[in-house]
Amino acid sequence: MDPKKNKNNLIGKSIPRIDAPAKVTGKALYTGDIVLPGMLHGKILRSTVAHAKILNIDISAALALPGVKDVITAKDTPCVKFGNWRLFPQTQDELPLALDKVRFIGDEIAAVAAISAEIAEEALTLIKVDYEIIPAVFNVDDSLASSAPMIHDGNPDNTSNISLDRKIDVGDIEAAFKDAYYVREDSFTVHSHSHAYMEPCASLAEVDSEGRVTLYTSTQTPYIVQCLLASTMEIPENYVRVIKPSVGGGFGGKMELRAWDFCSAFMAKRTGRPVRIVLTREDELAVGRRRHGMKIKSKVAFNKDGTIIAKDFEAYLDGGAYNSMGPTATFLCGNFGAMIYRYPVYRYRGYHVYTNLPPSGAMRGFGAPQALYVSETQMNMAAVDLNIDPIELRLKNAMVTGDKIEGVTTISSAGLVESITKVAEMTNFLEKKKNLPKNKGIGIGCYSFISGGVFNWFNTQYNFSSCEVRVYDDGTAHLLTMSADIGQGSDTVLRQILAADLGLPVEKIRLTAGDTAMTPKCDLGTWGSRVTLMNGNAILDASKKIKEQLSKMASLKFDLNVIHEVSFSDERVYAKANPKRGITFGEAVKMWVKANRGEELTARGYYTPRDKGLTTPAYSFGAQVAEVDVDPETGVITVERITTAHDCGTVINPLGVEGQLEGAIQMGIGYTLCEQFAMRDGKTLNTTFLDYKIPAAEDMPEIVSAAIDTYEPEGPFGAKEAGEGLVIPTAPAISDAVFQATGYRCKELPITPEKILRATGKI
Amino acid sequence: MISVSEKFYFYYFYHVFKHYFSIQQIGIMSKVKVTLKVNGDLYEAAVNQSKTLVEVLREDLQLVGTKIGCQTGDCGACTILLNGKSVCSCLTLAIEAQNKEITTIEGIAKSGEELHIIQEAFVNEGAIQCGYCTPGMVMSAKHLLDKNTTPTELEIRQALSGNLCRCTGYARIVKAVQVASEKINQSVTEK
Repeated sequence: MDPKKNKNNLIGKSIPRIDAPAKVTGKALYTGDIVLPGMLHGKILRSTVAHAKILNIDISAALALPGVKDVITAKDTPCVKFGNWRLFPQTQDELPLALDKVRFIGDEIAAVAAISAEIAEEALTLIKVDYEIIPAVFNVDDSLASSAPMIHDGNPDNTSNISLDRKIDVGDIEAAFKDAYYVREDSFTVHSHSHAYMEPCASLAEVDSEGRVTLYTSTQTPYIVQCLLASTMEIPENYVRVIKPSVGGGFGGKMELRAWDFCSAFMAKRTGRPVRIVLTREDELAVGRRRHGMKIKSKVAFNKDGTIIAKDFEAYLDGGAYNSMGPTATFLCGNFGAMIYRYPVYRYRGYHVYTNLPPSGAMRGFGAPQALYVSETQMNMAAVDLNIDPIELRLKNAMVTGDKIEGVTTISSAGLVESITKVAEMTNFLEKKKNLPKNKGIGIGCYSFISGGVFNWFNTQYNFSSCEVRVYDDGTAHLLTMSADIGQGSDTVLRQILAADLGLPVEKIRLTAGDTAMTPKCDLGTWGSRVTLMNGNAILDASKKIKEQLSKMASLKFDLNVIHEVSFSDERVYAKANPKRGITFGEAVKMWVKANRGEELTARGYYTPRDKGLTTPAYSFGAQVAEVDVDPETGVITVERITTAHDCGTVINPLGVEGQLEGAIQMGIGYTLCEQFAMRDGKTLNTTFLDYKIPAAEDMPEIVSAAIDTYEPEGPFGAKEAGEGLVIPTAPAISDAVFQATGYRCKELPITPEKILRATGKI
Repeated sequence: MISVSEKFYFYYFYHVFKHYFSIQQIGIMSKVKVTLKVNGDLYEAAVNQSKTLVEVLREDLQLVGTKIGCQTGDCGACTILLNGKSVCSCLTLAIEAQNKEITTIEGIAKSGEELHIIQEAFVNEGAIQCGYCTPGMVMSAKHLLDKNTTPTELEIRQALSGNLCRCTGYARIVKAVQVASEKINQSVTEK
């Protein structure tokens, strides 16, 4: 391994997560575990109809119920609209509580705070809402029909239910298709599914006598929640402190201000008592954010030898009732339509469409799983039609380091070719595919994903990632960062990065994270696989400043020549050329403090991607092979083995990366085979884990993986994205394997036994 | 002792009719005194008869290590041991647990500084990510290893199938249980 990557033997080392002992003993506190003195319990009243005007809300009976301390509706609040895309205020279409109209079953209407959860729940039943029902639309086609009701009316800019669109044009699309040898044109439907994080959302707020809010919330983005809670409450950001306790998973579903955050803070202010709201699983499955379902049309032109010459890609995203993170999904779907292979000519038209369904939001992969399911499935179809093996077809077109999407992005490191070659070799793919036993299939899918976003949609005035490092004469350091560990392991990896750079053991790094009042502004949070690269770079920036100061001490003490390099390892600061000439880290800090008359040695570090195109500073890549068995009588698919080769740059913590991979496969298999919302007239019918199936331990296949060794120049120690992109390739790989086993090519996810039996003529 | 049918009667009655009657009107909501033996300690609490064990553990006894993930017995986050058997404490009424031995995640480590073998294996094998399913997983693993110290991989997967995890894909959890089982057998042999 490259020595610059294996710094102080800490980079590339499997270190158990630092919060594991607390979690395994039940001591780790999640928001719903925290109780404050005098705390009230809050509950939220949700719309029972999909689309209606609110004529009247009568809260008098609820207020009169003994034990009820507060009931609020929109009329009690400042009614400030919010949304994550602050750069474009017209996309901010949501109110904490619905004012004059409800737009989906589950839209929040009122909130209650009471001395017990039971009383709060009973009070909800006493609130009377008079509705005037409006016709509703539950899919993209109906929503775009000329007779469709306007879901967000009152805004003169809105002339249809398309809330926004995104266009990409590279080259002359008409000319390219005219010259094509072979054109593959298909329509796909990709479905929605749930994050199904195990911890239902919760919030707990207290407000002091000066009106300053402390909000504990299950979030991946403390900074975003801080800013949007401040704007919706019409108070300065500095008066809002957001604390992220342990978070039980997010996967994109916890990256916005949500109604319960606002309602607990607002009712805490009015009552003078802390208010906690804890959602149920039924809430989460019935009305929670979800992945965007999409209708995608894709047309790809090839030369005779399999070289891709053009692609025309059109996506309609079912956004549900509000924009949420839909703009990003629309943007990234178009970006990933053009990814992983070289498309010299590319056209994208993406439309985000309002419907009267629960809003779709960010979810692991963020538009890429949908786009790449289509792309990868078409590659597998084209391979059959062109009579080229799917490995060769991919290798011929695969992106390599230095490739560009004109005006969008440049690929600074790519291990796609190596991943495809490796996974084919690991599985003996071509040989196996030629000699498949009956009812068995083998298929391949590839992916790429971003390492955080470049585009400043949140319109922050601060650096994208920041941190502070404080070092002490006892030889320890304190790292302060707003970044949010929601289970992915960033608290461990960030400590590892600082420890490696300062030459200290991980145990000597103390960490304060996820608290907006204690940590430097800002960090945009956990989404888009951004934390390791962006916060890691901010940490290296701060660490460099600390090392510059401490190098002076070693240099002075040992009268080092100006050309001498000073090294930091084994808790020592020393001349690289002569390690004996050195002092301990703690001594160096002590000298610095003395030399500066008692000042504390601290440094701030920052990172904001600049001049990195429109999308991301770095892309991960990888390839995955699925091997399946399909029962011809029942259509039941058993995934037997999943093999992955992935390029995430330098692996900082292999234990963490492998855990991400295995978890992504669980989510990928669920998405492909068994997870789907059963909807009727806008109502989600499967609201328990009994009816909404996520794979259990028995359902999982054998998992084999290999990391491809690459170095990302923009990443800390060469690291880039790991874990989020891995959820992408499973669906196309399984889908191709099912095709090999049964002849059924799935263009409408999920792949169910029923669809297979219909395709094979059994029913 | 309360029978199973009575348990479902309470549960059903409470959840179906809570929207139609005020709490005071529902007679069965009156509080009763229960004595619970949790992790070897005796606790007394006055609880509504319809309160589930997990609610009493978390709210009255402040043992919040046991998590609530679904309240329908599907996810296993609330798994505890009742007389040595793993049960969903969200489907168990508190009054049903009277006079039974209750073990929660807080009760299995040897001390504040020393973990149980299963816990240690979960930490070292990377079986924990967000950690929300972890207490329930550990209790299910404990139930399994208490009755079968040499489970096969399939037996481990079957034993954990009532516990859902969204982060890990279960691979490292299964590995942790295997490692724990080896260590338990080692310590038995050494003795």
